[in-house]
Amino acid sequence: MIIADRKPLGEILEMIKPYDNIALVGCKGCVTVCNVGGLKEVEILASTLRIARKKEGRPLKVDERMLERQCDPEYIEQLRDVHDQYDAVLSMACGVGPQFLSEAYPLQRFFPTVNTRFMGGAVTHGIWEERCAGCGTCIIHYFDGLCPIARCSKSLQHGPCGGSSHGKCEVSKDIVCIWDLIVRKKMEQGRLEDLRNYRAAKDWRTARDGGPRKSMREELVR
Amino acid sequence: MSDNGYKSGSNLEKVLRAGHFAFTGECGPPKGANVEHLKEKMNPLRGVVDAINVTDNQTAVVRMSSKAASALMVQAGLEPNFQMVCRDRNRIAMQSDILGIHALGIRNMLCLSGDHQTFGNHPEAKNVYDLDSMQLIALVKKMRDEGKFLNGEDIDGPPKLFIGAAANPFAEPTEFRVYRLANKIDAGADFIQTQCIYNMPRFREFMKRAVDMGLTEKCYILAGVTPFKSAGMAKYMAKSVPGMDVPDDVIKRIEGAGKGKMAEEGIKFAIEQIQEFKEMPGVAGVHLMAIEWEHKVPEIAERAGVLPRPKVD
Repeated sequence: MIIADRKPLGEILEMIKPYDNIALVGCKGCVTVCNVGGLKEVEILASTLRIARKKEGRPLKVDERMLERQCDPEYIEQLRDVHDQYDAVLSMACGVGPQFLSEAYPLQRFFPTVNTRFMGGAVTHGIWEERCAGCGTCIIHYFDGLCPIARCSKSLQHGPCGGSSHGKCEVSKDIVCIWDLIVRKKMEQGRLEDLRNYRAAKDWRTARDGGPRKSMREELVR
Repeated sequence: MSDNGYKSGSNLEKVLRAGHFAFTGECGPPKGANVEHLKEKMNPLRGVVDAINVTDNQTAVVRMSSKAASALMVQAGLEPNFQMVCRDRNRIAMQSDILGIHALGIRNMLCLSGDHQTFGNHPEAKNVYDLDSMQLIALVKKMRDEGKFLNGEDIDGPPKLFIGAAANPFAEPTEFRVYRLANKIDAGADFIQTQCIYNMPRFREFMKRAVDMGLTEKCYILAGVTPFKSAGMAKYMAKSVPGMDVPDDVIKRIEGAGKGKMAEEGIKFAIEQIQEFKEMPGVAGVHLMAIEWEHKVPEIAERAGVLPRPKVD
C-alpha cells in the first residue's frame, strides 16, 4: 500500500492561514491502514487545528468528512454538493487525493496534509518500510523475491557495493543491505551461481523516467 | 585492438603487458578551479607511477571534474586513470564523456558505482544510477571492442580505453567478493584496483581464491595501499569507513610508534606490504592511494624498491 506521514502542524497552519472555514477530508484507503489519514486522524487534526487557531484569536471552522477512497471519481463525486461551501479543502489522502479533488472541482482550493512517502508495508506495529519502487518491470524473481531496485540505495542490479557492512547499507545503519540478504539467501539455497549472470542495463521507460504513466485495461474500457 | 595488439596503448597497459610490477598513484582534483593546486598534487608523481587515478567527486564532495583534471594531466605529460562513477550520469552522459575523454587523450578508465550522495556536501541531491558499475564496465567494452553504443548504433571512432574496476575483498558478504570480482572480469575489466588493504591474512586468502579460479590469468590485479599518517586515521578508517578492515594489531603498531613517529611507522607498514605484494601470486602491481599525501609518494616508491619505473614502447 501507499505509506504517508502527516505534515508538521506548523506547515498545515501556514497553508490555511488566510481561511476561516475549511473541510478536512479523510480517506478509507491506504492512509487509514497506515494510520495517517483515516477517521481517527481526521478527528485529531481537526481538533488540533481548531485549538491552535483559537489560541491565535482567529477561530477556524472545520468540517470533518470521510470518503471511501480519494483515488476514484465515483467517491470524489460525493463532495459535489458541498465542496464550494468552504474557503479551502484539506485532503488527508496520499498525493493522489488532492489532485483528483482539484481536477473534479476546478474552482476550489485543495491542500495536502500528508507527505506521501512510498509503497511498502508494516514490518511491525508502527513501522513501515519501502518494498516497491514502481519501476514498471518487475525483476524480483531473479533475486528470490527481494527487490534491489527499491531497496538498494543505488538500485544496483549487480551488488553488493563495497559499502555493505555487517548487513547494513553504507547510507545508514537503519537500512538493511538488500544485496547482503540476496547473496545470503542464494548461498543458503546453494544457488550462488545465479549471481554470476550479467543483467543488461534496465529499460527505465516503464518507470517514471518515461514520463507520467497510464495503465489501460482494454476489457474494462470497452 | 589498437596497434601492437594493445587494447588502448596506455602506459599502464604496456607496463602490465610487458610483465612489470605496476605502480599507480592517485590524485583528488581540487575543490575549485585552482589548476596550480592540481599541479602541486600531481607533479610529485611524475616518473614515479605508471598512471594516476583521478577521482570523480570522491565521497560525493564536489570537486573539479575528473575529466578536466585528467585532461590537464595529459597536457602536462602525465598518464591519468580517469574515474567515472554511476551516481551522477545517465547512459547518455556516460557515453558522451567516454568519447570525450578519449578525444582528450585519456586511455585508462576506472568504472565505479560511487559513494552515495548522502556522504557528501550536497546530500540533498538526486542521484542517477541508471547503470551500475558492472553495466558501465560492459558499456566501455562494447564501445571499444564492438564500436557500438549501448543501443547498437555504430560509433564514429570507438574509444580505445584500458578498462579498470574496483574490488573490495573485505566488504561483506566476504564469501561473495571473489565472485563479484569474477563478474567484473567477465563484464570486461582489464585491470582491478582493490580497496585499501590492511588485513594481510584476509587478502592472502582472497588472492589465493582468485588465483585458484583462474581470475589472475584474465585480469591484472593491483593491490590497494594507503599509508596511515596517524593512529587517529587508522581508528577513523576502522570505525567509520564502510567496508574497511583495519585489524587491531595494525592500529596498535601505529599507535605504539609514539607521538611524532606514527607517520613513519605508517609508511614502514605500507612499504612492507608493497614488498610482500611484489612476491604474492596473482598480484600484478600496487595502487598507492596516499590521500592528501601525494608528496610522500616518491619517498615511498624509492624505499619500496619500485623505482625507476619501466619504459615500454
